Amino acid sequence: MKGKLQFLAILLLFSLLAACAPQAAPEGTPAQGEAAAETEGENAAPQVSELKILWAQWDPADYLQQIGNLYEQETGIKVSVIQEPWGSFGDRFFTEMAASGDAWDIVVGDSQWLGQGATQGHYIELTDFLVSTGIADSVTPATLTYYGEYPTGSGRYWAYPTEGDALGWAYRKDLFENPENKAAFQEQYGYELDVPQTFEQLMDIAKFFTRPEEGLYGVAIYTQKDYDAITMGMESVMFSYGGDWKDEDYNVMGVVNSPENVAAVQYYKELYDCCQVPGLSNAFFTEANDALISGQAALIMNYFAFFPALASSGINPYADVTGYFPNPAGPGGAQHAALGGQGMSIISYISPERQEAAKAFIQWFAQEEIQMKWAELGGYTCNANVLQTDAFLNATPFNPAFATSMTMVKDFWNIPEYGQLLEVTQREFSRFVVEGQGTAQETMDTIAAEHDRILRQAGYLE
Amino acid sequence: MRTTHVHVKQTSYETRHLRWVLSDRAIVHLFIWPTLVLLICMNVFPLFYSLYLSFTDYSAIARQAPRWVGLQNFSDILNDPQLWKYFATTGKYAFFSVGLQVIVGFTLAMLVKEKFRGSGLITTLILLPMMLSPVVVGLFWKLIYNPTFGYFNYLLGFTDPSKGPDMLASRFAGKPVPDLALWAVVIVDVWMWSPFVMLLVLSGLKAIPEYLYEAAAIDRASPWFQFWHITLPQVLPLLLIAILFRTIEAFKAFDLVMGLTGGGPGDQTELIAVNLYRQAFLGQWQTGRASALAYIILIVIIAISNIYIRFLNRLRD
Repeated sequence: MKGKLQFLAILLLFSLLAACAPQAAPEGTPAQGEAAAETEGENAAPQVSELKILWAQWDPADYLQQIGNLYEQETGIKVSVIQEPWGSFGDRFFTEMAASGDAWDIVVGDSQWLGQGATQGHYIELTDFLVSTGIADSVTPATLTYYGEYPTGSGRYWAYPTEGDALGWAYRKDLFENPENKAAFQEQYGYELDVPQTFEQLMDIAKFFTRPEEGLYGVAIYTQKDYDAITMGMESVMFSYGGDWKDEDYNVMGVVNSPENVAAVQYYKELYDCCQVPGLSNAFFTEANDALISGQAALIMNYFAFFPALASSGINPYADVTGYFPNPAGPGGAQHAALGGQGMSIISYISPERQEAAKAFIQWFAQEEIQMKWAELGGYTCNANVLQTDAFLNATPFNPAFATSMTMVKDFWNIPEYGQLLEVTQREFSRFVVEGQGTAQETMDTIAAEHDRILRQAGYLE
Repeated sequence: MRTTHVHVKQTSYETRHLRWVLSDRAIVHLFIWPTLVLLICMNVFPLFYSLYLSFTDYSAIARQAPRWVGLQNFSDILNDPQLWKYFATTGKYAFFSVGLQVIVGFTLAMLVKEKFRGSGLITTLILLPMMLSPVVVGLFWKLIYNPTFGYFNYLLGFTDPSKGPDMLASRFAGKPVPDLALWAVVIVDVWMWSPFVMLLVLSGLKAIPEYLYEAAAIDRASPWFQFWHITLPQVLPLLLIAILFRTIEAFKAFDLVMGLTGGGPGDQTELIAVNLYRQAFLGQWQTGRASALAYIILIVIIAISNIYIRFLNRLRD
């Protein structure tokens, strides 16, 4: 009996260890994933009765669920939007994908994920589908590039641009339209106080409204170091100053530390030093909105996705006098904005039948009238026509600025190494802007050297 | 008769079966094996598997098998000046944080060791901070440190934010002050965990026999002499245990820093555990390298613990 017990215990132990061990990761994943999916597809139920979509936990996911309910009414196919908190959204998705999981049919994933999703075989390629159905032409080119295309410029698409988003600005119209302020500004700066068209004007306005004795400050800009906030805020200025992260051949030396980028970084630091609301040394969307709501800031930078809170009089006492404008132009006239938002991708590990059902949903969702409903609910459509309709432009006070922004968005790296590249920019930008160490040139030289090293290690540069 | 015989046989079988089921050995097996299996599955296996991963180039989300690289990860980490800086920051943080906790905790214990009206309530109130979640504490103190409406600057007498400290931005009157943000984290950690030191010291103080003080009083020993020659030696073993626990925790400090500063500004508060998290997750997913770093941290903690324990044993001898 003792021997049997020991044998059983050892057997149980090994079974549990085997169960605990991670699955052997297959190589050449896309093909194998598809093959597995095909095999599964042969044995799958004849009809797909439900589609599961993974997205982050926020209001747009609720809007998508409402759109999904419409789809169920029309087709009988239930759509379930599974929401995961932002903090664990990426972790949950990628760990499921590492196990070739088929828990979801569709993911509305971040634009940075495109590289991993495409190269590691998590997403199916949607190029033929999007082009043949005309969906690719229905969205603005910038959104198709940044939410769907990988590698950039390849013409290969992996996602349907779903929730557009970009960095924009909100401002206190009551302060801007105040006659005394207008007169004083005119006298001090020699031009009329109005929505800034350039970053130079934005600096003047920020300085003008920085009045510590009144508890009022010029701006609330992104400074958070945890993940990507300060980089997103900074690149919004860099792009408009004519700078970029790379050239067409992935070179970063001379690009990251270009004079345009150095000037943009210097500008951001000056804006922080002169006019940032005190205490916002680690600020992201919540802190930026709070600065305006509390009456501390005249202008705030934020993603459009977080502006609905400012338009709500229940949340923002200045809701009726809050205006919105797109990112201003740089010294050379270029005007861009950092991209937010997500695209809709189909998981490669599901059966071909489910993949077809997922495509059918995207095709239905991409229709202009559905995109109009999506926009009415509060979703940020990327549909070029809907963005220009009066109904959309008048739906919220920030939609006109959003529509403009979606034609000029640019993004950070979306290759699988984006996390390593981001860690460098976050550290160095925070060190220069908030901590006040070094110079703009040193900061960008360091970032360029580090990015160059990471890209060489990853094989993008020889 | 036959029926009775069968009945007797059945009863005998059941009794034997029951005896086997309820035997001491069976109960031992019943309790030990599931626990052992869980322990192996949840602790021992991950420990050895992560050790293996530390010698590989592996990303948990890359869907590629781990590639053996030998000591490459360890070599990369030990040759990375940035990581040495994070270790130095962690050491500085641990030294000041634990040191201040010992001083504050000991003082509080001395103050509340005597029974007085409301002493129970005061002791409970002092213990409250360590019962809170570090993330909540981080967010709470973020507001306290706010230079425009936070209590910290107000209590220091700085009502104008442009003239006072902005602790989390590591600036004073707009000028950069190195390590101010690290001190901000240290202050919160001391606020949160001094009660833990107080609790251990208090239990040590209450265990000191009263006759030692009576004898000292008869010999007209000064309070200072009594403290150095009676109180401190008697409490020292427990104090060292508190120091050991707090030092280990300081090397693992993560949630409080993430809640307060996110490792910034720059990398002023980037403790090693925060950086480990950044490398293991947050888009980087460098699982092999992060495993190697985790083992280096483990070795450092074991080394420090050993020094403490040796000292503790010497005290006991």
